[in-house]
Amino acid sequence: MQALDRKLLRDFKRLWRQALAIAMVLACGVSILLTALGMYTALSDTRATYYERNRFADIFVTVQRAPERLIGELAEIEGVWAVEARTVGDTVLDVPGNARSVTGRILSLPIDGEPRLNVPILKTGRLPAPTSTNEVMVNANFAIANDFILGDHFFANLNGQKRQLTITGTAQSPEFIYTIGPGALMPDNETYGIIWMPQPAVAAAFDMTGAFNDVSLKLTTGALRADVIDAVDRLLDPYGSLGAYGRDLHLSDSFIDAEIKQLRNMASILPPIFFGISAFLVSMVMGRIIALERSQIGLLKAVGYSDLEICLHYLMLAGLIAVVGIGIGWFAGSWLARLLAWQYAQYFDFPFLIFRTSLWVYAASGVAALLTTTLGAAQAAIKAARLAPAIAMQPPAPPQFKRSLIDQTMAAMRLSQPTIMILRSLIRWPVRSALTMLGLALAVSTIVSPSFFDYALDKIVDSAFYESNRQDAMLVMAHDMPQSVLSTAAALPAVLQTEGQQFHPVILRNGIHEKRTSIQASQPGADLSRVINSDGMAVDVPPGGVVLTERLAAHLEVGIGDAVDAEFLGGRQETNTLTVTGTIAQYFGLGAYMDLNYVNGLLRQSPRISLVNVSLDDAELLALHAELKDIPNLVGIVMMTDTRRSFSETIEQSIGVMNLVYIIIGLLITIGVTYNGARIQLSERSRELASLRILGFTRAEVSYILIGETLLLALLAQPLGWWIGAQIAKAMANSFSSDLYNMPVVLHPAIFAKASFFVLLASFSSVMLVRRRLDKQNLVSVMKVRE
Amino acid sequence: MSEPIFRTQGVTKVYQTGAVKVFALAGVDLELFAGEMTVLLGPSGSGKSTLLNILGGLDHATSGRVWFRNTELTDMPDRGLTRYRRDHVGFVFQFYNLVPSLTARENVQLVTDVSPNPMPAEEALAQVGLADRMDHFPSEMSGGEQQRVAIARAIAKRPEILLCDEPTGALDSTTGVQVLEVLQDINERFGTTTVIITHNAEIQRMAHRVIQFQDGKISNVSTNDERLAPAEIVW
Repeated sequence: MQALDRKLLRDFKRLWRQALAIAMVLACGVSILLTALGMYTALSDTRATYYERNRFADIFVTVQRAPERLIGELAEIEGVWAVEARTVGDTVLDVPGNARSVTGRILSLPIDGEPRLNVPILKTGRLPAPTSTNEVMVNANFAIANDFILGDHFFANLNGQKRQLTITGTAQSPEFIYTIGPGALMPDNETYGIIWMPQPAVAAAFDMTGAFNDVSLKLTTGALRADVIDAVDRLLDPYGSLGAYGRDLHLSDSFIDAEIKQLRNMASILPPIFFGISAFLVSMVMGRIIALERSQIGLLKAVGYSDLEICLHYLMLAGLIAVVGIGIGWFAGSWLARLLAWQYAQYFDFPFLIFRTSLWVYAASGVAALLTTTLGAAQAAIKAARLAPAIAMQPPAPPQFKRSLIDQTMAAMRLSQPTIMILRSLIRWPVRSALTMLGLALAVSTIVSPSFFDYALDKIVDSAFYESNRQDAMLVMAHDMPQSVLSTAAALPAVLQTEGQQFHPVILRNGIHEKRTSIQASQPGADLSRVINSDGMAVDVPPGGVVLTERLAAHLEVGIGDAVDAEFLGGRQETNTLTVTGTIAQYFGLGAYMDLNYVNGLLRQSPRISLVNVSLDDAELLALHAELKDIPNLVGIVMMTDTRRSFSETIEQSIGVMNLVYIIIGLLITIGVTYNGARIQLSERSRELASLRILGFTRAEVSYILIGETLLLALLAQPLGWWIGAQIAKAMANSFSSDLYNMPVVLHPAIFAKASFFVLLASFSSVMLVRRRLDKQNLVSVMKVRE
Repeated sequence: MSEPIFRTQGVTKVYQTGAVKVFALAGVDLELFAGEMTVLLGPSGSGKSTLLNILGGLDHATSGRVWFRNTELTDMPDRGLTRYRRDHVGFVFQFYNLVPSLTARENVQLVTDVSPNPMPAEEALAQVGLADRMDHFPSEMSGGEQQRVAIARAIAKRPEILLCDEPTGALDSTTGVQVLEVLQDINERFGTTTVIITHNAEIQRMAHRVIQFQDGKISNVSTNDERLAPAEIVW
């Protein structure tokens, strides 16, 4: 090993604390890049492979009832590669041992073997016998959640008859990677299951013999999706089609898609911040090292080392920091990615996970980190290389301080000399002071930005469950029912209050803007499910009007008083023009609200409802569940208390982990910035501070100068940090918001206080660590050292 | 008289500090000969160190010309000067300029790593009487020992010229004498042209020639017919 390399290693060993502080910040960037990119590729690859292997369809459509002869016509549409027509229906299940009522989605299996599209993967057992009327296959998660083993039975309400079904197998399907029941907000495998049954049995149960009500189509390569959708709609509209749609609107796929987009955002927003801070820290530390090693540089040049060799020597020192950062980052990133993969496995039902963080992800994060430190060290290294040897051997000229207006102000304020020293140093190196402040502000913002989720969640729960949806449960009907069903429901045990609602799938249009959503129609004065305006007041939608969620209104570019066309996809499939009478902030979905009586008139139908909201007496819940399992035409019951609980629990758990991770990251940045800043200050000022001690200043007075500068910058950084944090929070909320959720930004003062507390505490602790070195300094030897 | 190893012609060096021009060298004509030991004497700011830096290829003259043997150093680019220093020149400084993170042996290896025909670091250290201190770090050595490491480092490349800027400036008399003895020994054994800058007028008595500086110019050149051994020098 060459002597210069030994110097490199020993310098690195001597600087290990500073190097580690920087390496940790760098490691944050590397690990987040690795995690986000790793999970991004893992999720995308897994999804793509799963879809490909199991022939997940490209286009989906639900109809009321279409004759089987149309299947051939669908297959002949140009661009269609395969058609899978089947019967799908929801029903209430009675699962022995499960007191709650369970909703099952029944899918028909072709009699001649497995489906051509959306092919389920058999996990255990076998497919039901094609001619059997009571054998079923269920999704594996449903079986696990309910402790089913092969051969177990449960009951289903099929066409008014309660039938015993036997489980012959369990499966997973690309259609149900994210399985969410009607009206539910989170997956709940205990109360929602997918059930595959042979086609004849399903057709008989849902009165669909010779017909189908659900079609999936796969396209040939290069086919134009929009054209096929138009052709499918033309063919199926007379049969009560709700309109064909692509994968982008498929519920399960859009949840995965939202997740993949978030990972991509995470990979592109966060790592650059960490790399930026690391570059700044490296540049600050290298600048100081080169100032300290001035005479050594001169010597190296005097003995014949070239500019390039010297430049490389210092770049390699920065490179070593990068190597440590990359090592820690790779380790932490691989671990984090696994943790995240495990979390995903809870929500997403993949039969396999292609988790091979590709080498290029490791390489890319490593190269990014190396580039960062190289860029950070470049200026200092070039300066070292350019240093003329004769000048390098001489002590550097003292830094130039100039009198300015600020000095006059300081004099007028009669500040103490130590305070003046602090302020002058800040002014003398404004770029360094500003960058230090920015670094600390970013640390504050790192803690501020994700903290809003906690409060946003409270607001969402408050708004969704206590203000808008105050019902204890929703009874979902198989199809629209006469209003008399309300009195049937009122007679059920535990039911205290009933209200009916209608749901209509629609496409809302304004010029070129359109959105597929559903209109929710309620009686005026409804108390259980209410439309709440921005003032927190319940409003009734006037006849002829429609109230839209703000996100939907923004998408359609309409405001209050504007007209919007509503194409009702069910029934007569008419298009009506409605007036937007209000917009509301709502956090789930893209809702639109109308007056129930007006809708009945508009659609020229007798009064009917598709859902019953009820309030319940908890004492009689068990009796209610027992009874519900026997009610025909009821396809599901959504217990709002369960929904609320599982929503809060799930989100709180992941938010808790996320907040902790961000606090750690914020602390690492703070330590990286303040520890290095204070070390450099100490190094620059050691003579000055020793002189003051010799002059009779106490340790505390001298420490004040060291601690004061760092803490002053930390204090000044707070408001900036709050502001940046608020902006990042808004960006994050935006990136989390989709057609499925709308994330509000709630910036409670406690968020800012918490962030400032952590950052100031970490700054103080870091600078106190450096202060200990000040205490240990030997005054005489410091004074003897040639600068 | 042996052949001249250095020749300068009207060398000036001007430092510009703000609006003030400082003439560090104001026209120096000089010849230094192979194998001779020369002492440059003069008060602070008289231009000795500036001249040494120019001769050693650490700095450029503002005007005038400088030759090393038949090679002109005057307008040599940095790359050429680096090569020149690497191959021909050894430096000894007042403050030793050792790399604190390297041991004595490794400090010498800094030079042997990049020189074309070096002596082993151990040999160089043995030459200065530090054979048993090779694995010590600078902080574990006395000032005299550190300066001897610096000399070992300078001679390890077998330089033709040894340029010493106040080599005893930071040392007490006993250690100073030890260092001077090493320098003289090197000069005599290897025939290395040695230039020593000093404030200490007594040291001139061990040189072949003494060149005195005043205000950036040579004020006097004298030759010692009888040289003193370092041990005889009264500090």
